Amino acid sequence: MRRRSALGALLRRPAGAAAAGWLALLLVGALVSRVWTPLDPFTTDPYSAWLPPSAAHLFGTDGVGRDIASYVLAATGTTVVVAVSAGVVAVLVGLALAALGSLTARPVREATAVLIDVLVAFPTILVAMALAAAFGGSLAVVVVATGVGYGVTIARVSRAEIRRVVREDYVTAARASGAGTAAVLRRHVLPNIAPVFVVQLSLAMATSVLAEAGLSFLGYGASAETASWGRLLADLQKFLGVHPWTVVWPGLAITLTVLALNLLGDAVRDAADPRLRDRPAGTGRAGGRRPAGPADPARSPAPEVTS
Amino acid sequence: MTRFLLGRVALFALGLAVASVLIFVTLRLLPGDVAQSIAGTTGSPAQVAAIRASLGLDQPVVVQYLDWAGGLLRLDLGESLVTGTPVADEVAEKLGVTLPLAGMSLVVGLAVGVPLGVVAAIRHHRPSGAVLGVVAQLLAAVPVVWAGMLLIALFGVTLRVLPTQGFPVDGWEEPGRALRSLVLPAVTIGLVEGAVLFRFTRSAVVGALDEDYVRAAAAKGMTTTRALLRHGLPNVLLSVVSVLGLQVAGLVVGAVVVEQLFALPGLGRMLVSDVGRRDLTKVQGELMTLTALVLLVGLVVDVVHRRLDPRLREQDA
Repeated sequence: MRRRSALGALLRRPAGAAAAGWLALLLVGALVSRVWTPLDPFTTDPYSAWLPPSAAHLFGTDGVGRDIASYVLAATGTTVVVAVSAGVVAVLVGLALAALGSLTARPVREATAVLIDVLVAFPTILVAMALAAAFGGSLAVVVVATGVGYGVTIARVSRAEIRRVVREDYVTAARASGAGTAAVLRRHVLPNIAPVFVVQLSLAMATSVLAEAGLSFLGYGASAETASWGRLLADLQKFLGVHPWTVVWPGLAITLTVLALNLLGDAVRDAADPRLRDRPAGTGRAGGRRPAGPADPARSPAPEVTS
Repeated sequence: MTRFLLGRVALFALGLAVASVLIFVTLRLLPGDVAQSIAGTTGSPAQVAAIRASLGLDQPVVVQYLDWAGGLLRLDLGESLVTGTPVADEVAEKLGVTLPLAGMSLVVGLAVGVPLGVVAAIRHHRPSGAVLGVVAQLLAAVPVVWAGMLLIALFGVTLRVLPTQGFPVDGWEEPGRALRSLVLPAVTIGLVEGAVLFRFTRSAVVGALDEDYVRAAAAKGMTTTRALLRHGLPNVLLSVVSVLGLQVAGLVVGAVVVEQLFALPGLGRMLVSDVGRRDLTKVQGELMTLTALVLLVGLVVDVVHRRLDPRLREQDA
């Protein structure tokens, strides 16, 4: 019951609904592109290079005659796979580190906290470049680097949340009546920190989309056989002076996807807050009477999410 | 303060140590034999062994690490595996492009993000504030690569007033020319970073509007805006300072991508090409330098924040 009302609150917010709509569209595009694209995204044809947008080529063609619309559609699949995998890795790493940093014996707990503080400073792209130097560039490198990189951020945010929840009376009561650590974690801690997790998950996915675009642009992400928005940008960059309009489409696709994930994060945060949930949509954030100040990392717009 | 400073410096040192281990271990996972790839397909086993010995690759990994880490303490990053030249010299030269670029980007980001963030917060009930918010939300989602491409298209194709590719060969000999070639790259990074700073500033100011001291000042006859600027802003700026450390990570990411896009001979571009060549010692040195810079800025920001914040200063007294 409670969950349904949170979802309803999410979709009642225009930004939340628009974000959910775009992401749903992306998912459909990813599935459809597995079986159908207007034209084959990899077929080159020197006679139809740099065609302007037309009915046959919705976004025009690139320098080797590939249909940009088909390529952009095919690349949604890559984006979805990277974003979901990176999100899963980030949540697993984050949850494991956060649990290690909050539920264990004091020395382990504090050592983990220091480790999290140290690791959170490392820029994800440097982790990715180190991995690319060792293994060569690939989408797996992107997923591992952003997953681990953002996982540490998740750990830092949720560690504080877990520490707070663990000190609550209902957890003490559950412990006193014989519940083990695993049971406490599953029944009390996880449901209470779930909103924070969902927010962080969407931010992690946004980061991974930007990282994939950046690394594929540099040549260390998607391989030549994989359609990728970042890779397309790199291909088109060489002819930017002559055909500047072609770069609009892949860039727009990345921006809208990241925007949707960021907005979804904001909307979930507001919708999950019972104090904001029952207000009419659109006034949720006005007045700024959110319970936590801007210094709370779970609630400030994550400053580390930039490409 | 001394206690805080010692603790913070210890954390910085620990960060450097952890970074050096992680970077070293990751690059040792490298499949294949570096010595073999230097010798090429025609190298005899004896030549390969000689190269391996000269690079110290026949030593145990721990010894190799200690060698490298010992060099780091003397600011010696070793020699390139491919060309044999000292890595530290080249890194220092490239920093002459990357550091000014990062500095200019930060200035652009602050100049755009903070004032507009304050304005948007003060007007958050009015359409103009909402429009600013939407623009910032949109800009924060733009990938740096694409922002740079659009600026190149705009300036290189249409306006033609600023250089969009490269850096003067003689470096900073002609400061005006060098500076001009960094303007568009810095604006690219600065706009995207500025959007994030904008959102942070705005939510900090909106929070401050609700604080008792702003309301008390307003009750005593100040306009809300004046009360905010007089009493709220110092607090807001403090929290902006505290996120600058995290922003620097964004500057590094931006520099790597933007230097490639604008063909700037900086550390980021050097890293990208050395990863391609798998020049192990150079990649190690570059990653270590960039990480050390990020950690150092984090340290400075924390110390400055501590000095500026009267509440934290009192704790020290």
